[in-house]
Amino acid sequence: MERTLNNKAWFLVLPVLVLVAFSAIIPLMTVVNYSVQDTFGNNQFFWAGLDWFEDVLGSDRFWNALGRNLIFSAIILAIEVPLGIYIALNMPKKGWGVPVCLVLMALPLLIPWNVVGTIWQVFGRVDIGLLGRTLTALGIDYNYVQDPLDAWVTIIVMDVWHWTSLVVLLCYAGLVSIPDAYYQAAKIDGASRWSVFRFIQLPKMGRVLLIAVLLRFMDSFMIYTEPFVVTGGGPGNETTFLSIDLVKMAIGQFDVGPAAAMSLVYFLIVLSLSWVFYTVMTNQGQETGK
Amino acid sequence: MDFSWMAWTWPTATFFGIIFALLGVMAFWEYRVPGGNPRVGILRFQTTRGDRLFISLLGSGFINLAWLGLVGPQLWWSLALSVVYAVCVFRFV
Repeated sequence: MERTLNNKAWFLVLPVLVLVAFSAIIPLMTVVNYSVQDTFGNNQFFWAGLDWFEDVLGSDRFWNALGRNLIFSAIILAIEVPLGIYIALNMPKKGWGVPVCLVLMALPLLIPWNVVGTIWQVFGRVDIGLLGRTLTALGIDYNYVQDPLDAWVTIIVMDVWHWTSLVVLLCYAGLVSIPDAYYQAAKIDGASRWSVFRFIQLPKMGRVLLIAVLLRFMDSFMIYTEPFVVTGGGPGNETTFLSIDLVKMAIGQFDVGPAAAMSLVYFLIVLSLSWVFYTVMTNQGQETGK
Repeated sequence: MDFSWMAWTWPTATFFGIIFALLGVMAFWEYRVPGGNPRVGILRFQTTRGDRLFISLLGSGFINLAWLGLVGPQLWWSLALSVVYAVCVFRFV
């Protein structure tokens, strides 16, 4: 490790530090302050100690929402990653089809989250939505407003529609970076399609696939807008994830103290996952020498 | 400037005071011994002093939450456990 001779360059990051302090650190400190107090508005606070944390950790509401979050993320990963790899493997590598496919894949990523939610909210309605009416016409009893399973299927399909492209584009970037020499060697050895995938393409996609998995996990774990617009957390609380529950508690019920405690526990979980993300990424980079 | 909207209390102020003091100590340590002292410990990947502080604080947060949820609101023992954990992290990670 080279010795750092001049630390004055650190002063150059001061403006960013001030910006982060105003936008993140000071609000976070305020949340910590709220988490140990109770308020009824009018800027009056009453000391509550660790009561809200005890309430959160002992509440079924929190653990159920966390469980739903984890199940949702697991399902999303189980669908989007294999599907993304499959599509990337079948995309053209040369010719006019490449830009066409890339633009088509990028389109869902360009649509804002609330617009995606609105699209699917209308799309799935049994009275005016294309999907809802078609399924009903086919004799399928589908109603995402009343049936929890239908609500889950709808938001999962919506997320797959919205975000599989990200996995596809990352995998495709990994695939096109593989030199032709690997494929030529495999052909000479008489390798099967599966062997080419297992021993050439999958290892070469490893790093981008890791980025895709971790990005999708973290993003799906913090999902808010799309399910909120489509189902509003319902029917009942069947699609109420942590972020939706948090907003309901803080803004809907004005339970600022419990919401602050819950958001800090949520923050710790997200921070841990971010650290895993950062650590795995940086160590993967060091192993591959990039 | 009026910071009453931040609803400060002495316990939370002390908490943040300790966090900022730790960051100050780390900055001074880095100034005196630059480079972050990177090494590979029991986790089998490279960590610097800053990484070890982060792992200590994050782990301490979970230790205290687990204690609160499983044992009760008296956190002195979990605080002591967190200190032991932090020492182990700085020693072995």
